[in-house]
Amino acid sequence: MALNAERDTRVSSSTPFWYDPKFRAIFFQIVTLAAVIGGIGYLVGNTITNLERQNVASGFAFLDREAGFAIAEHMVSYSAADTYGRAFVVGILNTFRVALLGIILATIIGVIMGVARLSNNWLVAKLASIYVEVMRNIPLLLQLFIWYGVITVSLPGPRDALNPITGVFLSNRGFMVPAPVEHPIHFYMGIAFLLALVASYLLYRWAKRRQIATGQQFPVYRTALALLIGFPLIAWVVGGAPAVVEVPELRGFNFRGGMSLTPEFAALLFGLTFYTAAFIAEIVRGGILAVSHGQSEAAFALGLRRGMVLRFIVLPQALRIIIPPTTSQYLNLTKNSSLAVAIGYPDLVSIGNTTMNQTGQAVEAIAIFMAVYLVLSLTISVLMNWYNRAIALVER
Amino acid sequence: MRLKSLLAAGAVVVIAGSALPAAAQGTLDQIVERGEVNCGVTTGLAGFSNPDSEGNWTGLDADICRAVAAAILGDAEAVNFVPATAQQRFQVLQSGEVDLLSRVTTWTLTRDTSLGLNFAPTTFYDGQGFMIPKDLGVTSAMELDGATVCVQPGTTTELNLADFFRANDMEFEPVVIEQLDEVNAAYFSGRCDVYTTDASGLAATRASVAENPDDHIILPELISKEPLSPAVRQGDDQFLDIVKWVVYALIEAEEYGVNSENVDDLLENSSNPVVRRLLGASDELGGHLGLSNEWAYNAIKQVGNYGEIFERNVGSETPLNLERGYNDLWTRGGLMYAMPVR
Repeated sequence: MALNAERDTRVSSSTPFWYDPKFRAIFFQIVTLAAVIGGIGYLVGNTITNLERQNVASGFAFLDREAGFAIAEHMVSYSAADTYGRAFVVGILNTFRVALLGIILATIIGVIMGVARLSNNWLVAKLASIYVEVMRNIPLLLQLFIWYGVITVSLPGPRDALNPITGVFLSNRGFMVPAPVEHPIHFYMGIAFLLALVASYLLYRWAKRRQIATGQQFPVYRTALALLIGFPLIAWVVGGAPAVVEVPELRGFNFRGGMSLTPEFAALLFGLTFYTAAFIAEIVRGGILAVSHGQSEAAFALGLRRGMVLRFIVLPQALRIIIPPTTSQYLNLTKNSSLAVAIGYPDLVSIGNTTMNQTGQAVEAIAIFMAVYLVLSLTISVLMNWYNRAIALVER
Repeated sequence: MRLKSLLAAGAVVVIAGSALPAAAQGTLDQIVERGEVNCGVTTGLAGFSNPDSEGNWTGLDADICRAVAAAILGDAEAVNFVPATAQQRFQVLQSGEVDLLSRVTTWTLTRDTSLGLNFAPTTFYDGQGFMIPKDLGVTSAMELDGATVCVQPGTTTELNLADFFRANDMEFEPVVIEQLDEVNAAYFSGRCDVYTTDASGLAATRASVAENPDDHIILPELISKEPLSPAVRQGDDQFLDIVKWVVYALIEAEEYGVNSENVDDLLENSSNPVVRRLLGASDELGGHLGLSNEWAYNAIKQVGNYGEIFERNVGSETPLNLERGYNDLWTRGGLMYAMPVR
């Protein structure tokens, strides 16, 4: 022991300190950090100096100024008299809306197409293959132009709008449907729906526990569906069943009233959805193929039905492979939504570009772009990682 | 070894970080050294700056670039045209990618003060108008309540549009598309009822893009003043002076009857002191601008006077068929008034 200690001290005293791994680790970290901070500082300093020299105003004060331009689609109230800050909020919400809907639809279509490519039916499998190969090999921007062109050129003007069902109009101004007139009961129906969600979850847990204890099954899904529809319906009836529906009507140039889906939004949503779904289809196909065939054979041998094999044996294992690359596709879809600027959908980038041009605050607007996309992407990553952990293999 | 190189890299970063960017050379010196003028123009707007079938830029704005090049370098073709969208245009000027922005740009207070640029004299007085298909039966802009309007983003047009509808308590739905081709396509496919931009731009679009120009009318109301002016970077007074006086020289030339055909004759024989000063036969005006004394002679000889430029690009002989209107000389009731070149 004593000898050992003596040798240790001798070694450390005779070795120069720069051979000490601890010292090296810290030293290199400090150097790297200094280089990064120095680099950023150099760029920022240069930018500020140059902007000052050119007498370009800087800072975020412009967000409080009146924007003065109109925005076609806004989920929160907005007029030209509102501020640039509010215009940005409108743009962020528009980006968020198309990204969220796109992710949901792309997932549904992607899963269907992925499974279809594995179908035993030759025609279905080939059609799915053609879909995937065509969609993922044409640049997204071109697809957006095609969708936008198809919608605006092929559909008639508002005066000759197609009218497939009473109250529903299809024209190159968009897709107009009747909408219920705003009423306080909608709020309570929303609460009833949330309550139904909670009740369904509790029901699911109760049924599972009962099945484990007694072996008896309970029709959970049908009951839950009834709850989800029934609760809001009851709230609506209790509230006096207000059924005022606003039907779109051609007045002057365009339809007014009701709800509308604009060609810009539709083109962007279709483009993003079908493009991303092609990639998701391949991921799903790969995930399913990666589950060894012996697994499902064994399950069949145990007497499980086809649906149960998919639900309890194949999908849980496939999902582990599917989720991480699908997260990247979700992130891609969100960021690709900035191509909206080409077809006139007022997303964050479109509104930011206009702001940049009216105020000259390019650096600030781009900083906002980066911050928003970063936050959106990180949120998606966090949610998907959390889901990934939840379904990960639990080793005993 | 690695340690040393890392240290060296760190030192370089620190030194570079403390160093200020080298003071910029004057724009004039850069142009002379480079041998051509970098000029920001549209991505294609008939009559103002539009590439023809051989890729040569034509138009009133393009000719202003040529006149500046002729005055500085003695060669009107020594121009490098840089197409920029409405949204990019100020950045390409600020960043030094172009020396001069001659791109149907409206002179406003905000742009003049907060974008780091200065405007030279107006080369085209315009106003914002509306174009609408004839079969909609609209005859006045006051009937546009509820219309869908195609407009390009990042323009004063977009702001005037919102102002006009607000002031008249009407509603509209904007369709905002950046690329000129795309916005034109949206209007002609019927996505919008109305297309709005400067009246000259409407005339250009109607003449060059519409399948049948007679199907579209331009409404009589002009809802704004749009003085379209060349712009240069702020902080280089010499270059601003050059652009300013080249524009004045073109107007002055028209006023005194100097054009590209008679300029040689007048240089030899004119006894009018104004013409002699303008063409450099007497006095040393070019020297005050840092140019040769033939600066205005070269511009007029190679590009023509303002009237010639106007008629060649947007006048009654062209598809745009615009009248001189406000763009006539002050002596004939227009707004074109050159400060005395002396």
